[in-house]
Amino acid sequence: MNAFISTFFNMHVLGRVWPALLHGFVVTILLSVVIVPAGLAAGLLVALAQTTRSRALRWAMAAYVDLFRSWPPLVLLIYVYYGLPFFGVNTDAFWSVVLALTLNTSAYFAEVFRAGIEGVPPGQVQAARATGLSLAQTMGWIVLPQAVRNMLPDLLSNVLETIKLTSLASVVTLPELLRAARLAQGNTLNATPLIAAALLYLALLWPLVRLTSRLERRMLATA
Amino acid sequence: MRGFANNFLQWDAVAPYLSSLLAGFWTTIALAVTVLAGGLIGGVVLALLRTLQLRPLNLLIVLFADIFRALPPLMLLVVAYFGLPYLGLRFDGFVVATIVLGAVLAAFTEELLWAGLSTVSQGQYEAARSTGLTFLQMMGHVVLPQAFRLILPPLTSRVIATTKNTALASVVAVPELLSQANTAQGYTGNASPLTAASLGYVVILLPLVIFARRQERAGGRPA
Repeated sequence: MNAFISTFFNMHVLGRVWPALLHGFVVTILLSVVIVPAGLAAGLLVALAQTTRSRALRWAMAAYVDLFRSWPPLVLLIYVYYGLPFFGVNTDAFWSVVLALTLNTSAYFAEVFRAGIEGVPPGQVQAARATGLSLAQTMGWIVLPQAVRNMLPDLLSNVLETIKLTSLASVVTLPELLRAARLAQGNTLNATPLIAAALLYLALLWPLVRLTSRLERRMLATA
Repeated sequence: MRGFANNFLQWDAVAPYLSSLLAGFWTTIALAVTVLAGGLIGGVVLALLRTLQLRPLNLLIVLFADIFRALPPLMLLVVAYFGLPYLGLRFDGFVVATIVLGAVLAAFTEELLWAGLSTVSQGQYEAARSTGLTFLQMMGHVVLPQAFRLILPPLTSRVIATTKNTALASVVAVPELLSQANTAQGYTGNASPLTAASLGYVVILLPLVIFARRQERAGGRPA
């Protein structure tokens, strides 16, 4: 039992590696704060492009969504990280992660937005247009506000998935939480840093898991 | 443009590694099939156990489902692969990946199915039991089919996500598709093996993504 505690819950080890873990945690949050809004914005643009009359544009956007939903994010990330330098683009790990994960998550957000927009009855759009609102005004004031309520559980669960995805950055040596924990584990030959990192993730993500669960259940019950 | 073709679409850089890439492709499929089978069955069993309404058991199931939905799967893989050996428990990467990714899928399946089961109306349970069906017959013939129909779209996206997550196994030394491509990329200093691997993933996943899209279209409208 003592051996178990000293390998997994070693306070002495934790004290030594805590600053590094905390720094990693900050990088994880920083990544999320950049990628989530970028993914939301790009996803909204893709979804709006799918509501236009241009068949070519709609087709291109559907292809974008299907491509990035079938491309495993880790493969995409490695492709971006090792691939871009061949173009003479000097990629910093941070921005490779931002680019790859934004491409991935924007495809998911686009699908959520598209379903939400399609869920608003067409009569709403016709009525808004008939009162003289422009297409942009119709979207911004009539359609999106109604759509957001239905989309909330899916948006939230995608935010959760995106934050979890930032852990992939550890593979391209970006010192976010998981990478920091791995390095600390290697330096101290002790598993405590891994457990501490898992607990930090839990502190950040458990509330989100509870919230999405509750919202999803409410949606199912009213479906 | 020539630079792009040379570095990303160079057949000469892929050909020598074709057999190892193919071996990786089959390993990915084998891993995906075991993970999906284990995770789906595990999720159904957990959801059924939860309907028994045993308080301590339900608490454990909810705790398991929450933790495995909140933590990034890569974090869980790293803890299991690099943490457990400190306890003298050392497993092959394939086994670790199967158990961890299977457990993550089981957690999501359990939550979805539980939400689905609670939406099937109480009358269905009572009617099934009063016609003399046993608990398992009621679940198998009456309740589960209705619940599954309800959760099929989110379950399909979870199956897709799980299949993509098999790429994470490359981090714990499983010689699957991404790992083989990474090795080939290292030897050739050329990104073309990664292009080939990406194509391999698209071949596996695109049919699933298109199936999911059809299903959303069909089931997305209120009946």
